Amino acid sequence: MKNDQKTRRILSIALIALVGIVLFLCNQYLDSYQLRIINLCGIYITLGLSLNLIYGFTGLFSLGHAGFMAVGAYTTALLTMPPQLKQMNFFLEPIVPWLANVEVGFFWALIIAGSITGLIGFLIGAPVLKLRDDYLAIATLGFSEIIRIVFTNLQNVTNGPLGLKGLPPYTTIWWSWGFALVSILFMAYLFKGSYGRAFIAIREDEIAAEAMGINIFRHKILSFTIGSFMAGIGGGLLAHLMGTIDPLMFRFLLTFNILLIVVLGGMGSISGTVISAIVVTVSMEYLRFLDGPMNFLIFKTDGIPGMRMVIFSLLLMIVILFFQRGLMGSKELSWDFILGPKDKTLNLPEEE
Amino acid sequence: MLKIEGLTVNYGGIKALKGIDMDVPEGKIITLVGANGAGKSTTLRSVVGLTKITSGKIYYQGQNITGKNTVDIVRSGIVLVPEGRRIFPNLTVYENLVLGGYCEKNKKIFDERLEHVCTVFPRLKERLKQKAGTFSGGEQQMLALGRALMANPKLLMLDEPSLGLAPLIVKNIFEIIQTINKSGVTVLLIEQNAKAALEIADYGYVLETGNIVLKGSGVELLSNENVRKAYLGIA
Repeated sequence: MKNDQKTRRILSIALIALVGIVLFLCNQYLDSYQLRIINLCGIYITLGLSLNLIYGFTGLFSLGHAGFMAVGAYTTALLTMPPQLKQMNFFLEPIVPWLANVEVGFFWALIIAGSITGLIGFLIGAPVLKLRDDYLAIATLGFSEIIRIVFTNLQNVTNGPLGLKGLPPYTTIWWSWGFALVSILFMAYLFKGSYGRAFIAIREDEIAAEAMGINIFRHKILSFTIGSFMAGIGGGLLAHLMGTIDPLMFRFLLTFNILLIVVLGGMGSISGTVISAIVVTVSMEYLRFLDGPMNFLIFKTDGIPGMRMVIFSLLLMIVILFFQRGLMGSKELSWDFILGPKDKTLNLPEEE
Repeated sequence: MLKIEGLTVNYGGIKALKGIDMDVPEGKIITLVGANGAGKSTTLRSVVGLTKITSGKIYYQGQNITGKNTVDIVRSGIVLVPEGRRIFPNLTVYENLVLGGYCEKNKKIFDERLEHVCTVFPRLKERLKQKAGTFSGGEQQMLALGRALMANPKLLMLDEPSLGLAPLIVKNIFEIIQTINKSGVTVLLIEQNAKAALEIADYGYVLETGNIVLKGSGVELLSNENVRKAYLGIA
């Protein structure tokens, strides 16, 4: 096989088509429970990539993802719910009039949600990104909690602690995996170009990056804003998969789940995030049997709720011990990786 | 080419620089020597805008660049090789060099520079695909220099290039610095290794706790009684 750009492009398209066919077959033959897991995989790919962009690639330790997802989820929900449904939901206090009759299509709702989340990411990022490492983590975590608390108390916009119920189940396999695919392609494209390289340089060494003429602050903000945008879309997709959202859904645990995907897959690896998003989501579901009653012949246990989390944590520890930099490290499972490197013709002087 | 007038820098209450004047003429190697904490690195960092200046002025090619942001300064041709090399350890040599030429968007000019760097540092060319973190100290310093050259500097500022290197490697690095200088790049060199620096320098400044206490040509300073005592360990 000829080892060039064209072959790779054809292979990529073939792979996408293959995934498309598999998804189509899944959509036809699997039951709704299994479909829901596949949907979750797609959404977690988008979310994992968004955090990987911020944390894995740019090195900004941000723990505010749940907050951004909440903004995205609520925006999409409020934009897509038909007026009657809103009236039904807001029985304690009526919804503010400017939101009562808004209804837009799912796609535009997601895009608007992403944009609003991106804007909020920008506004939070501008002051907070002066901080580094743990301090940045604490600050973003704080902002995420602030968003949640505000949503709990804005009774006439978000319906407060009651949450929003009966969201139309718009999220299908095509939506969740479509956005996952767009995110993957976008990230792959981004990290081929100079913006991506600048992000990585900032992660590696800020001072050296700045001495090279990279505008640190601008790139940090950019990465944070794009990451928030993607998180907002992921939140919106998740809302319409669950059908119900309330502020309690967006606690720190949600951020932690995404962080887990990023760390497990390898910080700074797109393919790592994709693999680990699927592995984590699927195994979280399939380890459910551990919560039920078990019979070990010698002794029996009644169902212990939460047992799967214990096992899952153990698995995680083992992975971290043996793959310290995550499953993929910062490598990529690319065609180069499989077929061997391209014969890159660098214009280099010949050896004498 | 570069002119510093009355530069003062305070870190909180500590006065790091107490009003220094320096002149870096085009095409020369100028060195700034001094002990730990004399303010050498602060001087360089102030020039590229990484450190906030309290007072004083910095002129580059006749233009006042005081308080300009780092990105603009780097684009105008002043490139700093930071102390401790600061290469990107998890990236390959090639990627490091690409980042060095970050400001140059023209692919053709970029390739020419890459070619130039590879001729100056044949060692780097052999290892373009190797991770920079696996390099020895000397090779890392070469990479740091090569990366700086990718930005096509007019004024190259080196912060302690001999730091933590074996004497033989130091000699090698200093030869390379001279080669770079001969190709038309003005060099401002900061060193604790005063002897090595003064030997290749056209002109030198001695910095002591934020003040310039001596200046003169490299040869003059090398033979100066005080310099010999304080920095060369020769009575």
